[in-house]
Order: sequence, then C-alpha cells, then structure tokens
Amino acid sequence: MAFVAAVAKRSSTVRGIKRPSTPYLLLIPGLLWLCLFFIYPLINLASTSTQTPSESGEIGSYVQTFRFANYIDAFSGAREQFTRSIIYALIATLLALAISYPLAYAIAFKSGKWKNLLLVLVVAPFFTSFLLRTIAWKQILGNEGPVVTVLRGLHIIGPQTGLTASAFAVVTGMTYNFLPFMTLPLYASLERIDPRTLEAAGDLYANAITTFRKVTFPLSLPGVVAGTLLTFIPAAGDYINATLLGNPKTKMVGNVIESRFFEIVDYPTAAALSFMLMAAILILVAVYVRRSGTDELV
Amino acid sequence: MVDKAASVKGDLRLSNLVKAFGDFHAVDDLSLVIPEGSFFALLGPSGCGKTTTLRMIAGLEEPTSGSIAIGNTDITYEKPYARPVNTVFQNYALFPHLTIFENVAFGLRRRGIKDVKDAVTKVLELVELGHLAQRKPGQLSGGQQQRIAVARAIVNRPALLLLDEPLGALDLKLRRQMQIELKWIQTEVGITFVHVTHDQEEAMTMADTIAVMNEGRIEQMGSPVELYESPRTVFVANFLGQSNLVKGKIEGSSGNDLQVSVHGNRITVPSGRNFAKENSDKSVLIGIRPEKISIEHSAGNTLGGGVITDISFVGVSTQFQIQMPWGQELSVFEQNDGGASHLQTGDTVQLSWKPEFTFALDGTADVDAGTSVNPDEE
Repeated sequence: MAFVAAVAKRSSTVRGIKRPSTPYLLLIPGLLWLCLFFIYPLINLASTSTQTPSESGEIGSYVQTFRFANYIDAFSGAREQFTRSIIYALIATLLALAISYPLAYAIAFKSGKWKNLLLVLVVAPFFTSFLLRTIAWKQILGNEGPVVTVLRGLHIIGPQTGLTASAFAVVTGMTYNFLPFMTLPLYASLERIDPRTLEAAGDLYANAITTFRKVTFPLSLPGVVAGTLLTFIPAAGDYINATLLGNPKTKMVGNVIESRFFEIVDYPTAAALSFMLMAAILILVAVYVRRSGTDELV
Repeated sequence: MVDKAASVKGDLRLSNLVKAFGDFHAVDDLSLVIPEGSFFALLGPSGCGKTTTLRMIAGLEEPTSGSIAIGNTDITYEKPYARPVNTVFQNYALFPHLTIFENVAFGLRRRGIKDVKDAVTKVLELVELGHLAQRKPGQLSGGQQQRIAVARAIVNRPALLLLDEPLGALDLKLRRQMQIELKWIQTEVGITFVHVTHDQEEAMTMADTIAVMNEGRIEQMGSPVELYESPRTVFVANFLGQSNLVKGKIEGSSGNDLQVSVHGNRITVPSGRNFAKENSDKSVLIGIRPEKISIEHSAGNTLGGGVITDISFVGVSTQFQIQMPWGQELSVFEQNDGGASHLQTGDTVQLSWKPEFTFALDGTADVDAGTSVNPDEE
C-alpha cells in the first residue's frame, strides 16, 4: 500500500507543468543528429543519383536533370557485381550462422565459469584494426600458410592450386569479420532461455533433437534473425574483403561504388548504385523478417 | 519406448537411493514405497534433498547408487523422455513460443498421437481454462499458468505426476485455493502425485501420506494426523507445527504408562508414545503441542508455577508464552471461547493436559532441531 501511495504521489508531481514537454525536449538532440547526418545526406544522395555531367565538361561537376535512366545504366553496368554481392553475403551469413550457433550455444549453456572469458574472446578481435585482420587472412591462406600446406599435404587441392585472390578467400574473410555480429545476438537470445523449459521438453517425451527443433531453436529465433541481419547487411555492402582478398573477378557492388566515387568521379552512378543496394537489402530484410515470423514471438 | 511409457503402472519404489555431490550426500540411502494412486508429499526444509529426490525420479539427475522402479519396471537409468513420469515445474516452465493448446498438446504430439484435440480440450476444461487455448503463456496470470502446467502434465496420463513446489510462486490466498483444486484434480484423475514442498501446512492439507525429509534422509513417514500427533523425532515435532519439549527422566512404569520426572513434577506418558531410544541415564524429552495444554482446567499432567510473559491474540486463539520455574518458555494456545480472557501478563498459572497427548523423544537430541530452518527460504 505504501508503495502504491508513493507511486501515486510521484506521478502526480510529474503530472505538473513540465511533464508533457520533457520527453520531446529530450528527443531534440537525437532528431537533430539524425536530420543532419542521415536524412540530409540521404536526400543529397538521392538528388545526386539523377544528375548528369554539367555543360562545362569539368570532371566531377554535375547538374540536376532528374535523369532516372541513371539507375538503369548503373544497374546494367554492375549487374554481375550486384548479384555477386548478394550471393557472397548470403554464403558468408549462412557460414557465420553455422559456426556461431554451436559457439553461442556452448557459451550460453555449457561454459560455466568460463562464460565471461569466452564472451570477451568473441569480441577480442575488435581490438585490432579491421584492415590488419583482413590482411592477415592473406598470410593464413597464402601458399606458404598453414591452410594451403595442410590441404596440399592431404591432396585435397593440387600442388599448384592456391587459395588467395579467390572467391573462397573473400567469403572466408567476410565470414570471419562478421562472426561476432552473429555470435553476440545468438548468445543473448539463447542465454535468455530458461533451462527448465528444456527440461520440461525432455519430461514431455521430447528427445534431445526434438527438444532442439521444437523448443531451443524457436526460442532462439529472435537471435538468429538479429544475427543474420547484422551479418548480411554489412556483408552485402562490404568492399574491403573483396579488395584485399579477391581478384578482379570477385568484385562486389561496394567495389564498383568505391571506384565510381573515388576513381572515375562518377557521382550519379555511385549514388544510384548505393540506393539500389539499400532498396535490395530493405526488400530482402522485410521478406525475411516476415517469413521468419519473429514479430509473433513474445 | 512410447508404448512402454504408457503401460508402466504400479507403486513407485525407491530403494537405497543415494545422490552424492562430491563428499556431500544430498540424498542418503533413501528407501520408500509410494502406493499407486496416492497423494504423497515430500516435506522438508530447503537443502534436505527433496528436490534432488524428485529430479532423480524425473530422470533429470542420475542416482549415485540405488534404484527407482514403478511396479516391476526399473527406470533408474531411463532417459527422462522415456519415463511414464511428468513434472509440474516450480516456475511452470511453459513454452513461451507456443499457444496454451500447443503447450498442453506437446507431450501427446511427441508420443506420436495425431488427434490431440479431444484430450487437450478435455483437460483444459478440467482446469477450467478452455477459453484461453489460443493465448500465449505470457498473457496468463500466475495461477492460470500453474493450472496449465498441471494440465500439460496430466494430459499424458503418466503413471506418476511430480510436483516441484508448484504453489511456491503464488500468493497465499491463491495458494490455498490451488491446494484444494490440486487435491480435487488428483482424486478426479487418480494418478499418483508426488508433491515436494517446504510448506508443512500445504503438505498436511493435500497429502494422504507425508515423508518428512532432513539431511538427505526420511525422518518420519505417515499420515498428516500421525505425524502431527505422534512425532517420532525432535525434528518432526518442531518442523510440523510447534512443540513444547521439556527435559525429563524416566522414573519407572505402571501398567501401560511411564512415569517421568520433569523438574520435580511427575508426568505420565503412555508407553506406546515413548519414541526415545533406550539410554543409560534414562533421559527423555517430553513433548506436548501448545493447543493441547489448558491453563484453566486440571487434566492429569500438570506443571505449576509458570508466569505469563506474553499474550498474543490471533483471532481463533490466543497464544501465551509462559516462563516456567526452571527458566524455559513454553507456548500455550487457548481457544477464544471466553475461558482464558481474564489472564494477564505476569499472572502465575498452572499448565495441564491429558496424559495421552504427551509424547517422549530421545533425550540426547538437540531440542532446537527443525526450528531454526526458515521454511520460506527457498
């Protein structure tokens, strides 16, 4: 009763003059930030995407002509890289899921006192530069590196076959780089599962496999969805892995955007490609979230 | 496996069951038989081994030694999902992602039963929650979740239903109501219920037979009345209700009665109610329940010279604390029927009770055993 009274008293003071405006005032810094660094650049990018070179012919100078055909031109010029981006990102996401799920499961349910240490280890690579870690894969997959030596020794690959500068290396690099983004949400959702619900499943005639299929996995779905999105979205737009670990035939849409922007100084095409990538990801994500039915999860 | 689970029937038999965690024996050489169809309670303070015993029966823990059998079928090392045993977990452990209907149907579906609708509907009606079938567990109140947990278990018609402190999370009023309801459900379905609890009142209200556990062993087993009226150990005397325990010495016997000297007073105890082991100095603890003592009337056994130190009125009765000449405080509960209303703190009174209510316990035992445990600790 005392608690109820205290709460009632508190809310009545909050209901004073200042209450209605305070939350909105608190929103202002965030809204300003969003407008300045997200909405404005987005509009700017949209505007750039329909521009054409100016009359003067000066490099990097464009005027607004609302030429929407820029999008068709951009897409037909980069269709191959576009498709490749989606496929590479999909493969990397699935690999990351396959590697992360057992890892997150073990940390959540089986690690005991090692739990915190293992979580730190998952995040530890972030303490080193993204670039350095990606370049390190060149050495790992290099002809003198451990992977090739072992695979050649086992005659799984021929003595002349290498692994660097290949699609394999690009996907491996992406999988590696985005692994923590998959592991952490998976861990968070697995850790939240009450182990007694798993015991209850066993008690109700479900063996280990059925328990996983019917209880553990469905309950971890929010983590699976969050993890796959956090991996797929940056992976689809990534160009560092393709630059450092790939060859000209493994270029992704990120590489095209980068070269259009910085090398060719073709801003409209780069902007159009950026927009198309964004739209493609948004559509894929919307379909995926809807299909996985996570909106129904408690 | 499935057919076996459905066909196993009979008494639950625990034989020399031991569960050791390192040097600590959570369950220590426990043997008992729980008759088919009974409502059985394992009662004890937290850490007495009752939950471990339950988990071994459910298959969630493997016994260090000993065996568990239902009828003639040994299930000691059977996997949980292969046992004809279902559990109502302490926090219910409902599946949050499934509807109430699917929660209840879970066990039936796992056993390959295709048409679950009738059975699920029927059991939901039994617990009076048929209208909530399409809800998710998160949308139900604690009491409703509790009933779903029971429904989810009994729909499988197990040979044995285990209840692990099933009412612990409910408030007092709801708990009383659920006690009656669970008892009714048990009578209705006729399944053996094994109920683990630290709440002695809960155990006494619901169970046909109670086993009081302490430090991994059974202290005493019997009907609630038997345990309350004739506790055989100090632990049981103190854990189930309250007892006044006074040191005494056996002087001799006459007919079917023992004569015991208690601080200079002569107390009569029926020989059949002497549960003390023989010992050289013939010391015993004389026990009497507070409500059996009368301050006003003389009824056989008497102890004089007590001074009232505290009076508390609790509605149906008034509780007196009375300091005896040898310094010990005894409790007396008097019905509020007007007889004791004139008594005041500081009055000198005589306590008396009928000899047949007296019991005698091992004089070497710790008088406080079973009192210092906090039953609400868990």
